[in-house]
Amino acid sequence: MASPGAGSGPGTFRHGVHPDGAKEATEHLPVERMPFVERYTVPLAQHLGAPAIPVVQPGQRVQRGQLVARAAAFVSTAHHAPVTGTVVSIGKERYPSGALVEAIVIDADRFDPQMLAPGPAADWRSVSDKDFMALVQGGGIVGMGGAAFPSHVKLSVPEGKGCDQLVINGCECEPFLTCDHRTMVERPDAVLRGVDIAGTRVGCKGAVIGVELNKPDGISSLQAAIERRQARIARGDNDGVSFPIRVHGVQVKYPQGAEKMLIKALFDREVPAGKLPLDLGYVVNNVATMVALAELVDGGSPLIERVVTVSGSAVRRPANLLVPVGTPIRAVLDHCGGLTAQVRQVVMGGPMMGMPVATLDAPVLKGTSGLLAFEEARDPLKEAGPCIKCGQCLEACPYMLNPSRMGRLARAGRVLEMEDWLVMDCVECGACTWVCPSEIPLVHLFRSAKATIRKKKAAEQAAAKKAGGAS
Amino acid sequence: MSSGNLRLQVTAAPFAHSPRTTAAIMRDVILALLPAVAAAVWLFGIAAVLVLATAILGAVLTDGVFGRQRWAGLKDGSAVLTGLLLGLTLPPGIPLWMALLGGVVAIGLSKVVWGGLGHNLFNPALIGRAFLQAAFPTVLTSWVAPQPGQLFSLPPTTLSIPLQQSGTDVISAATPLGLAKFQHTLTDTLPLFTGQVAGSLGETSALLLLLGGAFLVWRRALDWRIPVSIFASVALFATLAWLAWPTLPPPQFMLFSGGLVLGAVYMATDPVSSPTTPWGAWIFGAGIGLLVVLIRNWGGLPEGVMYAILLMNAAAPLIERATQPRAFGRDERRIP
Repeated sequence: MASPGAGSGPGTFRHGVHPDGAKEATEHLPVERMPFVERYTVPLAQHLGAPAIPVVQPGQRVQRGQLVARAAAFVSTAHHAPVTGTVVSIGKERYPSGALVEAIVIDADRFDPQMLAPGPAADWRSVSDKDFMALVQGGGIVGMGGAAFPSHVKLSVPEGKGCDQLVINGCECEPFLTCDHRTMVERPDAVLRGVDIAGTRVGCKGAVIGVELNKPDGISSLQAAIERRQARIARGDNDGVSFPIRVHGVQVKYPQGAEKMLIKALFDREVPAGKLPLDLGYVVNNVATMVALAELVDGGSPLIERVVTVSGSAVRRPANLLVPVGTPIRAVLDHCGGLTAQVRQVVMGGPMMGMPVATLDAPVLKGTSGLLAFEEARDPLKEAGPCIKCGQCLEACPYMLNPSRMGRLARAGRVLEMEDWLVMDCVECGACTWVCPSEIPLVHLFRSAKATIRKKKAAEQAAAKKAGGAS
Repeated sequence: MSSGNLRLQVTAAPFAHSPRTTAAIMRDVILALLPAVAAAVWLFGIAAVLVLATAILGAVLTDGVFGRQRWAGLKDGSAVLTGLLLGLTLPPGIPLWMALLGGVVAIGLSKVVWGGLGHNLFNPALIGRAFLQAAFPTVLTSWVAPQPGQLFSLPPTTLSIPLQQSGTDVISAATPLGLAKFQHTLTDTLPLFTGQVAGSLGETSALLLLLGGAFLVWRRALDWRIPVSIFASVALFATLAWLAWPTLPPPQFMLFSGGLVLGAVYMATDPVSSPTTPWGAWIFGAGIGLLVVLIRNWGGLPEGVMYAILLMNAAAPLIERATQPRAFGRDERRIP
C-alpha cells in the first residue's frame, strides 16, 4: 500500500559514510535474558530534562515493576524497580561517564522468583490526550534508540499540528548494534501493536517502518507480521485499528537512522533547519520503543528492561541480552565471559555516537543500546595532522555543512565565526570525524563550539532582559 | 572479577575511524606513479632514476630541516610525493644540482613558508618547476630523445657542475608540443598515448598515468571530478578552436600530449591547492582546461599546463567561497 510522497526504490539521503557494520558477531544471536544480580542502581536522570523524584525510602521493600521515582516535569519520566528487593540507599552513584549522579540503589531479594505480575490492560483508546501522556510518562517510556528522550513528549501532537505519517526507525545504522534488528526479527507483532497504539493516538493516516537493507530477515519478519495484521483487520479483530503499515527498505549508510535523514530517505523531504519532523507531519519513534509501549499498554509493565548488544574485540562471548535497567555494566560483561586482558576502551551505545564508559560499576540505562569493549583504542594524545582540504568531510556531512572550514576556524580559535558556517545545524553524527584522513577531532571541536556559542547567546539574552527590565 | 583493576581510556565519540589516513593517501599516490616512473626509467635510463632521486632528496631535506615538525613531519609522505612529482615534470637531461635546487624551492618556498602541509596556496611541485623554468629557461626546454632499454646511457649534462655552462652536445629532440607550435608538425596520437616521444620524465606515457589515476579513483585518493573536468574542458575548447582555425592542433593531440595527463591527474588534484567543494572542483578543472588551450594555442610557450594549474590554484579560495554547498533543510547557500 503506497503512501503519498513515498518513493518506490530503497531511499537514502545525500552524503554519509560507510563504516564497517561489524554486526556479524551478534546479528544471528537470539536475545537471551540476563540473569538477575545482587544490586541495581537506577539513576534519577537518564536523559535530557528534569530528574525524577524518588517516592520510596531507604529500607523500603519494593516489587519488580513498582514505581520508585515519579516524573518531575513535562520533560521527565518515572522510574520503576527492576527487581523485587530492598531500597538500600538514595544518593550519589557513578554514571557511565564517571560523574556522580542521584540514584536509587536496590538490592535484589535472592529468594524472590522475580515474576512480573501482569497488570491490567490500560485503557489507551478512550482516555484524554492528557491521561494517555500521563500513562506513557508514568510507565517510564523513553526513546530506545540511544538518546532516551521521553516518549510522551514525542507522542504528543500540539494544537494546530497534525501527524500524517508515523515513522518507525528500524535503521540501526550504528556499527556493531543488533538490538533493534533482533527485536524486529523476534517480536514483529509487538512492534506492530505498539505502532497501532502510537499511530491511533497521534492520529496518523499511515505508518512506515524504515529498515536498512542489511537486515533482510528483519524486513521479512515485519512483512509477515503486517500480513497477519491485515488478516486480523479483515476479520475485524485488530482492536479497531486499520491504518496501513508498510516496511520500507533504506540504503545501508551512516547516519541513516538520524530522524531527518530517515524522513529524507522515505519521503524525499527535508525537514527545515530549526524545525521538527512534526512540522512536516511526521512523528518518528524507534522500533524498540514501540515494543515497550505495547508492553506497557497491554501488560501494564513499565520500562524496566531492554535489549543490549554486547560486542567488540575485547568481549569473549558477544550477545544480545535482555538486561534489567540498573544492572552494573561489569555484571553484563562478566555474563558475556568477561573482557580480554587487552581491553582498552568500553563504549555505551554505538561506536559513532556512543559515550565512553569510565567505570564498569555504573549501570545499564534505558538508552543503553550496546556495550562495546575494544582492545584497540585511538591514542588521545596523538596529535591530529593539518587539514589538507581534501573535502572528504564535505562529502560525508549529511547536513551538507563545511566541516573542513569549521574545523580550521575552531583550531585557529575563531569559534564564534563558526556560527556563520551553521555549526549549530550539526547533529554531531561524527561522519566527518570518521572520514578525516588527518584524524582531526572535528565533531569534538563542533560540540565545544556549540556549547560556547549557546553560552554566549544565553548571556546576551540575560543582558538584554536586564536592560529591558531597567528601562 | 576479571576486570578489577582495569584502566579504561575515556575519549569521545566517534570511536571508529576510516582506515584512510593522510599517509595512506600519499602512499597510494606514490604507488600509482610507479608505473610511470618505471616507464621513465625504461625510456631515459639511469638519468631518470638520478633526477627523480635528487628532486626527492631536495624536497625531503628541506622539509626535514626547515619544516615545522622537523624530521617527524616526513611521516605523512607528502615531501616525498612533492619531490617525485617535481622530478616527473623535469627534462631527463637536467643537471642534477638543478633538480636538487628545484626540490629545495618546491618545499621551501611553497610549503614551509606558508606554514607547512595544508597551508600552501600553490602546488609545491609546480612552484619548484616554475622556479627552475624562470631561472634556467634553456635547460628546462632542452629535451633528449627517448632511448628505450638503454638503461645506462647518461646525458652528459646530468652531472654538470653548478653555474658552469652546460654542454652543448646533447642529443636534443623537440617535444610533440614544440613541434606543433614552432614547426607545425603533428605527432600521431598512438605514440603520444604510449609515451614513445620526447618530453619530461613523467609526461610521456599518458596510458600509464591514466591507469594510475584509475587506481586512485578506486582507492578514493583523489577527487575524480577535477581530471574529468579538465579533460572535458580541454576537449571542448580545443575542438572549438580547431574548428574555427583548422591549422591549430586537433583535440586528440591536445589531450594526450605534454604534461596534461600528469597535471590533470596528479597535480591539479592536490587537495590542498584545489577547492574542497564538489562544484568548486568542476569549475576549477574547467578553468584549467580553458587556460591550457589558450596558452598552448596562442601563448608564447608550447606547454601551458603548469601555469594553468598555478593560476587556478590562486583562484581556488574564491571558487570555494562561491560554491559552498546548500545545507540540509535550508533554502539558500550561505556564504559568510
